[in-house]
Parts: sequence; C-alpha cells; structure tokens
Amino acid sequence: MATAAALVSGCAGAGAVTSGDDTTGLVIAIVSNPQMQDAISLSTQFREEHPDIELNFVSLPENEARAKITTSVATGGGEFDVVMISNYETRQWAEYGWLENLQPHIDDSPGYDHEDFIPSIREDVSYEGDMYSVPFYGESSFLAYREDLFAEAGVEMPEQPTWEEVAALAEELDGFEPGVSGICLRGLAGWGEVLAPFNAILNTFGGRWYDEDWNAEIDSPEFQAAAEFYVDLVQDHGQPGAAGSGFGDCLNRYAQGRAAMFFDATAMVSTIEDEQSGTVTGLNGYAPAPVVDTEYGGWLYTWSLGIPATSEHKDEAWTFLEWMTDKNYVETVAEEYGWQRVPPGNRLSTFDVPEYQEVAGAYAEPMLRAIEQADTTDPGTRPVPYEGIQFLAIPEFQDLGTRVSQQLSAAIAGQITVEEALAQSQQYAEVVGETYAEEGAE
Amino acid sequence: MSTAASEKTASAAATAPRRARSARAAGWARRGPLMPALVFTIVVTQLPFLATIVYSLRSWNLLRPDSQAWVGLANYAAVFTDAQFLGAALNTILITASCVIVAMLLGIGLALLLDRHFLGRGVVRTLIITPFLILPVATALLWKHIMLEPVFGLLNFVLSPFGVGDFEWVSQAPVVSVLIALVWQWTPFMMLLVLAGLQSQNGDVLEAGQVDGASRWQMFVWITLPHLRRYIELGVLLGSIYVVNTFDTIYILTQGGPGTASANLPFYIYQRTFLGFDIGQSAAMGVVVVIGTIIVATLALRLIFRTFMNVREGNS
Repeated sequence: MATAAALVSGCAGAGAVTSGDDTTGLVIAIVSNPQMQDAISLSTQFREEHPDIELNFVSLPENEARAKITTSVATGGGEFDVVMISNYETRQWAEYGWLENLQPHIDDSPGYDHEDFIPSIREDVSYEGDMYSVPFYGESSFLAYREDLFAEAGVEMPEQPTWEEVAALAEELDGFEPGVSGICLRGLAGWGEVLAPFNAILNTFGGRWYDEDWNAEIDSPEFQAAAEFYVDLVQDHGQPGAAGSGFGDCLNRYAQGRAAMFFDATAMVSTIEDEQSGTVTGLNGYAPAPVVDTEYGGWLYTWSLGIPATSEHKDEAWTFLEWMTDKNYVETVAEEYGWQRVPPGNRLSTFDVPEYQEVAGAYAEPMLRAIEQADTTDPGTRPVPYEGIQFLAIPEFQDLGTRVSQQLSAAIAGQITVEEALAQSQQYAEVVGETYAEEGAE
Repeated sequence: MSTAASEKTASAAATAPRRARSARAAGWARRGPLMPALVFTIVVTQLPFLATIVYSLRSWNLLRPDSQAWVGLANYAAVFTDAQFLGAALNTILITASCVIVAMLLGIGLALLLDRHFLGRGVVRTLIITPFLILPVATALLWKHIMLEPVFGLLNFVLSPFGVGDFEWVSQAPVVSVLIALVWQWTPFMMLLVLAGLQSQNGDVLEAGQVDGASRWQMFVWITLPHLRRYIELGVLLGSIYVVNTFDTIYILTQGGPGTASANLPFYIYQRTFLGFDIGQSAAMGVVVVIGTIIVATLALRLIFRTFMNVREGNS
C-alpha cells in the first residue's frame, strides 16, 4: 500500500513521499543493467538496517532511464531522490546547480573511503574538487575473445592488437563455427550506443569531431577512414541485424557463444564470466582496446549515483548512496552472488581482494589498466576543444550524438553510404560548433 | 416587471417568452451536469495546447538552462526546412495509408470467408480477432523477437526454401517491417467491421439477385460492396485516426531507424523532445502536426460524408 502511494505521488511529481509514521520514502531512478538489478535485490538488507527508510526503485533501460532522469532533473520535477547518472552528466549538472554537493556528506561519513575510488573516475565525477556523484561501477573498454575458438582456428591474439589485426582475425573467425560471427560491435543508434565504441575507434584513427576552434571535422579524411572501417567491419564480419543491436544485445550474443570477439565496456565481465547468464565462462581471453595511432584505445565511463538538488530527503538519500557504493557493499554482493558479479572498476580495494584476483585473474588487470590510462582531456592524436572519450562533454551532445549515431546506424544497415552519413552529420555538427565558436569569440 | 408585463399584454403573447425561458432552463438543466466534464476537457486539452504554442515561440534547450529566449517564428522556420521532419511526415502518410488499405483488403477477404457457415467458426473467429486484443507493445516485441529476427525468426524460417533465409527485415526493410506488424494488428478490426456489415445484409436482395441470374462476382460487386461501403469507410476513418498516432510499434521494433528511415511524426517529435531535449522545436513540430491533422481530417471527413450521401441517393 505504501508502495502504491509512493508510485502515485511519484508520478504526480511530488517529491515528498511519506507513508505515515516517521518512515521516509525514497524514489530511486536506476538503470537496469545486471549489476543494478543485483543492487535492487540486495536492498532488502538495507531496509533491515534502516527500517525508517522506504526504497522505491524506478528501473529502466539505459536510453529510457536517461531521458526520464534528464527531463526530471532539468525541469526541476523533483520526483526522484536518487538518480543514476554518468560522468557525462555529473559535471554539467553540478555546474548548473542541479545536483547536491556530496563532498560534505562524504566528509561526515567516517568509514566511507572516497580516496579508494580509482582516481581517473573520481576526478570525472568531481566539479571544482568536490564529488557530485559517487561511482557505482566504472568501466573502460577492452576486447574479449574466445580462446577456445582461437586455438581451434590456429590464430593468436597479439598482446596489443591493432584494429587492422582485429579485422583480419574477424575475417578468419567469421563463420568458423556455424552461427558464430567474427566480432560483435554495437550498431544501434544512440549516443550511448553505437557512438561509444565508434568514438573510441575514431580517436585512435586520429579523427576528431572539432578542431580547437570548434570547426566541425566530420568530413575529414581521418573521420571518414574510421567510419568506413567501422561500417565495413560490422557489415562484413559483425553480427546479423547489427544496426539494431546495442550493448545489451551484443552482451547476450557473446555470452551465448555467438561471436568470436567482442569489443565493448569492461563491465561486460560480470555477465560473460557468470555461469548463470552465459555459456562461455572461463573460455575468454582479454586484450587491451585495439589501437591504430594512439597508445591505448579504451574509454572512460562510470554509472554513478547523485542526489538532485530538488530532493527533500537528502540525508536519507545519502544514507542509501553510502550503502550502495561502500566497500561493504562489494562484500555483500560477493557473499550473495560470488566475486564475478561485484560491480567492477570503481574501488581500488576490490582489486586487492585475493578472492577477486582469483576469479578475475583474466580481466582484472587489463580492466584496471584501461581505466587508469584513459585520459578524457586528450583522447586522440590531436588537441580537441572538448572533454570526453566516447562522448563529447557538451550539453548538445545528447542531441548531436543521437543524430549522428542515426546516420551511422543507417550506414551500417546499408541504407545510405558512409559519405552520405558523414555529409549529413557534418551539417549537424557545424550548427553546434558555430554556437561555441561564437561564445569563444565573445 | 414581469407582473406588469403580463397585465398589459395579452396572455398568448406572454407565454412565448415564458416558454422560451423555460426551454432555456430545460436546456441548462440538461447541459448543467455536463459542464464539469466540459470544463475538465478544456483544462486538460486546451491549456496544454496553449502552453505548447508559447513554448514553440521560445528557444529552449533543456540541457542549457541559460538558453531560454523569445525567438518568434524561428522554430517553425526550422521545422519546415528540417529534412528529417519532412521525411517523418512522408513516412506517417505512407505507413497510415498502406496499413489501412492493406488491412482493409485482408479484412474484407477474411470477413467474406467467416460469413459462411463451417465447423469451428466461433473458434476461428476468436483466433482471428486475437491480434487486435494484444497490447501494441507485446505485438511489437512478438514481431521483433519471434517473427522478424534474422537468425531465429519464424518468417525467415518459412521463407528459407525461397532463398531469403538471412534477410534482415528490421534493418533492410524497416518500413515494411513496421507495416507487417501494424497490418497484423489492424486486420482483425477491419474484419470485425466488415463482418458486421455482411451480417446485416438483407437476404432478400441476394436471393433476388440470384433469381435474376447474376454471377457471384456480379453480386459481390453490385450488391454486397455498395452495401458494405459505409462500413468500409468507417473502418478506414477509425483506422487512420489510430494508425497516424502509432508509436509503440516503431519505438520497439525499429527505434525509428536505421537512421530515421522508419520514424513517423509521433516518434520523431518524441525523439526531439526526450533525446534532443529541444523543447522549442518539438513544441513547434507538435503545433504544425496538429494543424496538419485538422486540415487533413476535415477534408477526409467531408469527402467521406459526401460519398456516404451519394451512396444513399444511389441506393434509394
């Protein structure tokens, strides 16, 4: 009954959700990735410890969650007390005053070791030295491959593969076993979908979205080369129906043994190394993100939790945040589900646990290195006016990225040519670039 | 005042305004209870529309709090020069028209078959109606994962003997995929309407036709079809109203893609609002679509009512 009341008032946009007594109801908007689903299941423990706090989860897939959370926070809707956002949103929203500064809360919580977060990630969710959201898991990207298939086919993964080598391997392994594609790469439109791996590749190809004066460079030869490479690779040796598959789809395919390689977020390990959700557990090797012209080719992303400035239960919300991102939470997950399921890549201490090293031997080290190496201010070969690796940390990117990703996705589907896609994208990018060029000139 | 008037004038003249007044009172007595509903309707439909018009005159990107300003009709100018908006408008027309026509043709066919007596007719009729009763979201999921999936999909399995075993429906033929799912969903509706029409047909006329020696085809074209005409027109009208607003199927099946190949207007406006966060432009699009819909609907209604009248005159 209390839940129903909370849902109703949540929909009505009322922030204060109290069900009589002294119970405070929190409305938590969360992305429904596997690790977050675990957190929802485990939250019964939180309730036992804090009977005066009621938790109401709104759990949605990435694209939907982002639309809902952004709309709510940007309009001051105030229906959420806790929101799951990423390093893309955190800094911008902190600047606008949309988020509660978490630093005072952190400093007031003695056992909460925030120095333990991986430095590159901690910095990426900080604004003017204060943390405005706390990382739940962090990720870079690497290349997972099926060691058993590689052995059967008599091919080997280089220690630091280049994209050309990966393309050759994909050709070799495509259809080596029936129904197994050479590689799985996202093709679904969305700035958080196809553009994530593509931008990582773009950077290492030496391409960039804008030069230092905000002149769009999507029609440059480097951008063109990266796009041609990506589209050709997915079309020739990628998964069938590539234009419609995002992270979740590729994750399932690879976990079900239907792709020989999978270049994507390091957070994939929680699923593909879990016996309950896949058939390839223990068969995987991990190589660093492939490169062309840069030394590393990964990205940096984190799903983190923040408190909108409009929340009326900030202290209770922090209590929940503290529980979900604390060291103890990692152990709770390990006890309940095993060490392969812990949220990866946020706390350094996790990597020191012997049990974790045991189950994560194959990937812990490449993951930590990839996250630490990622440099969001200098992602490619040439200077850029924006921050971010697999996204551009500007507010317009949600729109621009979505439009460009649609073009790219259409090219992957074979509806238009890469040149057409890039010509159209260049126009979109020019419009955005002009506003920044004007601001710079003022 | 009224007593003075009634004294001076003849009683007959006095009753006229009184009758008018009582008629007016009766009118209000009838309308009064409806007033709350009317006010409610105005509040929930017209106020948001006014707000939309206000938004459409402003520049407002939700993600840049400092971007608010009055821009006059600039948003409208942007809408009309936006190639994707025009593409989405074209898709809307294409999807609506093809879906309604194809579903209607199939509906007539099925209705003609179901109008005959055969064993298990009730079961067959229930089965055929089922697609219309399934939630649109479930329909889209069903088609995406069970029917059109390139590797495991049933459609490709069935078509594999004809050499189209690995066709990627959703990415290669997005509009056709959407249409297939929509037609599947809407055929039962059309079938139901036409069936109702067929069963209301007067047996005497058919018998008379048979006595006159008309062939089955002649009977269908000259007797049944004119009789069905108003049912068909009603189906087309209602179908169009609903199919124009299709969102679920496109959202789940193709996400408007690849690119924007299968985006219709409702989906494109959703994208501009909740993925682009451009409030001004999406409000302008909303206004343009409403105006366009009103114009088209008025013309369509007029056309349909005209044919209605003609049929009636022709019949009588």
